[in-house]
Amino acid sequence: MNKHVMPKLTRRGFVIGTAAAGAGLAIGLDIPFGGPTVVRAADGSPEVNVWVVIRPDDTTVIRIARSEMGQGTLTGLAQLVAEELECDWSKVVTEYPTPGQSVARKRAWGDFSTGGSRGIRTSQEYVRKGGATARVMLIQAAANEWKVPASECTAANSVITHTPSGKTTTYGKVVEAAAKLEPPADVKLKDPKDWKIAGKGVKRLDTLDKTTGAMIYGADVKLPGMLNAAIKDCPVFGGKLKSYDEAKVMAMKGVKKVVRVSDSSVAVVADTWWHAKTALDALPIVWDEGENAKVSSESISKWLAEGLDNAQPAYIGNQNGDAKAAIASAVKKVEAVYNYPYQNHATMEPMNATALYTADKCEVWCGTQNGEAAFAATLEASGLPADKCEVHKHILGGGFGRRGMTDYVRQAVLIAKQMPGTPIKLLWSREEDMAQGRFHPVTQCKMTGAFDADNNLTALHMRLSGQSILFSVRPAALENGKDPAAFQGVSPSGDAAIGYSVPNLLVEHSMRNPHVPPGFWRGVNVNHNAIYMECFMDELALSVGQDPVEFRRKLMSKHPKHLAVLNAVAEKIGWGKPPPQGVYRGIAQVMGYGSYVAGAAEISVTDGSKIKVHRIVASTDPGYVVNPAQVERQIAGSFVYGLSALFYGGCTVKDGKIEQTNFDTYNSMRIAEMPKVECVMVPSGGFWGGVGEPTIGVAAPAVLNAYFAATGKRIRSVPLRDQNITFA
Amino acid sequence: MANLTINGKSISVDVEDDTPLLWAIRENVGLTGTKYGCGIAQCGACTVHVDGVAMRSCGVTVSEAAGKQITTIEGLASNGALHKVQQAWVANDVPQCGYCQSGMIMAVAALLKEKPKPTDQDINEAITNICRCGTFQQVREAIHSAANA
Repeated sequence: MNKHVMPKLTRRGFVIGTAAAGAGLAIGLDIPFGGPTVVRAADGSPEVNVWVVIRPDDTTVIRIARSEMGQGTLTGLAQLVAEELECDWSKVVTEYPTPGQSVARKRAWGDFSTGGSRGIRTSQEYVRKGGATARVMLIQAAANEWKVPASECTAANSVITHTPSGKTTTYGKVVEAAAKLEPPADVKLKDPKDWKIAGKGVKRLDTLDKTTGAMIYGADVKLPGMLNAAIKDCPVFGGKLKSYDEAKVMAMKGVKKVVRVSDSSVAVVADTWWHAKTALDALPIVWDEGENAKVSSESISKWLAEGLDNAQPAYIGNQNGDAKAAIASAVKKVEAVYNYPYQNHATMEPMNATALYTADKCEVWCGTQNGEAAFAATLEASGLPADKCEVHKHILGGGFGRRGMTDYVRQAVLIAKQMPGTPIKLLWSREEDMAQGRFHPVTQCKMTGAFDADNNLTALHMRLSGQSILFSVRPAALENGKDPAAFQGVSPSGDAAIGYSVPNLLVEHSMRNPHVPPGFWRGVNVNHNAIYMECFMDELALSVGQDPVEFRRKLMSKHPKHLAVLNAVAEKIGWGKPPPQGVYRGIAQVMGYGSYVAGAAEISVTDGSKIKVHRIVASTDPGYVVNPAQVERQIAGSFVYGLSALFYGGCTVKDGKIEQTNFDTYNSMRIAEMPKVECVMVPSGGFWGGVGEPTIGVAAPAVLNAYFAATGKRIRSVPLRDQNITFA
Repeated sequence: MANLTINGKSISVDVEDDTPLLWAIRENVGLTGTKYGCGIAQCGACTVHVDGVAMRSCGVTVSEAAGKQITTIEGLASNGALHKVQQAWVANDVPQCGYCQSGMIMAVAALLKEKPKPTDQDINEAITNICRCGTFQQVREAIHSAANA
């Protein structure tokens, strides 16, 4: 059974100051692969290198730096290490190194960040090298013992064989000697076509505890003497905490303390969380809501609409030819305005963190998508240096981008700091989680297409107006003010490139940043960009009486990988052949996170407002597939997340606050609403794409295009509940 | 003070009568497999069995639960053997993040007790738990495989 216990390593003695471990932890990535000094895990077993610990009984402990939030990365990364290591998969367990240990060892485990569908694709090479390097050292140790050339030895299933003599030994028997060897300067990685463990749909390593209630999420952490905290931050973003009347609640059962956490938040600390939450609800709080209390969805919408005007300044994200001139002189012009709302991540496990602060140490236990960012937040909030701080990562009850933020970690430390020596578990109520999201950004988009007399598309102008995530979250990533990520899915090149060639193309972004804090929401900017582009592609095709797939194909000849997934989906769903009576089809494609994806839906519509989704087909080319069973689950789950947002989602602003408070006003799809997703994987090799996010982009436009096919009505605004359209 | 019977054991918990059963289970009894997701009986992450019926424990008070047989995810296995729903969950690799799955499994175990061979329609009507990861396809397959086990 897999236990996510924290390794207690023998630390090499040096201290890194807080400056070095500040935001982003900008320390050069230097991955040590073993060496003459043997580093030992808590149970005394030696590290062959930072990724691989082998116990005398041949158990292989594989270290996983990225976070597991359901997406299967923990299992996939272990498969990649095990593949190169040639170890016995049935004896593999995993463990999370801590960010504090990593910093103390010059970032031995590299980047901990788990977002942007990067968990596997940006660490696959060095973790595979970790496995391969360990294998070479283990074989060398056996060869040394036998006094034979290593080239005469092979390894499989944790057993090393000297082929000429038939002698065998196991990894557990030679690991002590192997750990003392100099690692090889370079190792050759396997061709993925030779994979035996990677590339297979092996079972996840974290399932059993998730079926028995034994898995300890952050919300389940228990420490001796621990107290519980419930918090309220000013519901108007940017507002301040003016005052509160703690005398009204101090006599309530279990209440220990009322704490001003920051200039905008207050928490009640009590024996149980239920007592803390009950007292917090009773606590009279006065907010200084400030100017933002005047903001509403209507005022945001009006401001964004102004950005659709070509006279307003905009950043250009993709351009060829002269789209504006071509449109001005076109025989025929098609124009449409779309919009996409704020969305809350709504992870099933609300935000939480447990912190213990003493004068010379601060420890945090939490689920986080970025252990190092949580560590940096702990340093900053505690004021203690890196060697006095630690973050213990737990399995996440959902992430979707929300737990890449560290606001909740900071809050827990700030509360604990006011109660030194007492562990404090801070848990947000669902209502706080809804109010204090880091929301999918709000955008509008004006799409304009132009045709010549022969109905050829001569120009396409995509004018986005709306919020930039990077402006708020990572301003250093802006390029002369421009947010390059705003063009995800419609970029000229890279891992989110447009799949169409149009003689005159202009994609631009009028950046407008309302006060609502944005965040990376699974799929991020691909979500709305794919709706705008893919619904409008159907509008363009139908405006000239062409089949939507045929119309796309004509624009995709220079984009063979985009085209391949579109074709795979079209073939599987039977595009070109009539669907069943009363059933209508829609299709969409996009590239995001380095992968090419397409999706198609078959739906029926009753009374114009009740949609039943009968069938979904999806195709992905992620280059290489590490675990097809988990990729299929990510693809299917992406439709649930994307269609929940399309049908039920949308966060609205009134008096500066988010109006939705819980799952009764921000609903999510249930099993009855979700058909089987048929996956067609077409991995073409040669590159590494992500799979957790891109498919969300095609979920909504496939259904919206099918809705048009069924009703002749074009929906250009999300969510559907605003138009009284729901599931049948 | 309430006298609860949880997973066959009698336990006195020193809480107010209107304390939600969920929080008594998690904080006073210390069984954290039952999860908090919404607190308003919408998501089902806190589903437990009360006298064999699946109930959302955030919406049941301890005084209502007193004297009844309460089963949590920790009490579903018997004599060291996983319940057939848990076995099917493991065999079908159902959980993604897993946070909603305690409640999902409890809801399914109650369904199978009532309807040993549920149709897809039975599943659609009885299983209304939210799963944000969206592992519904595996849930449906695992329910059928548990029913046929």
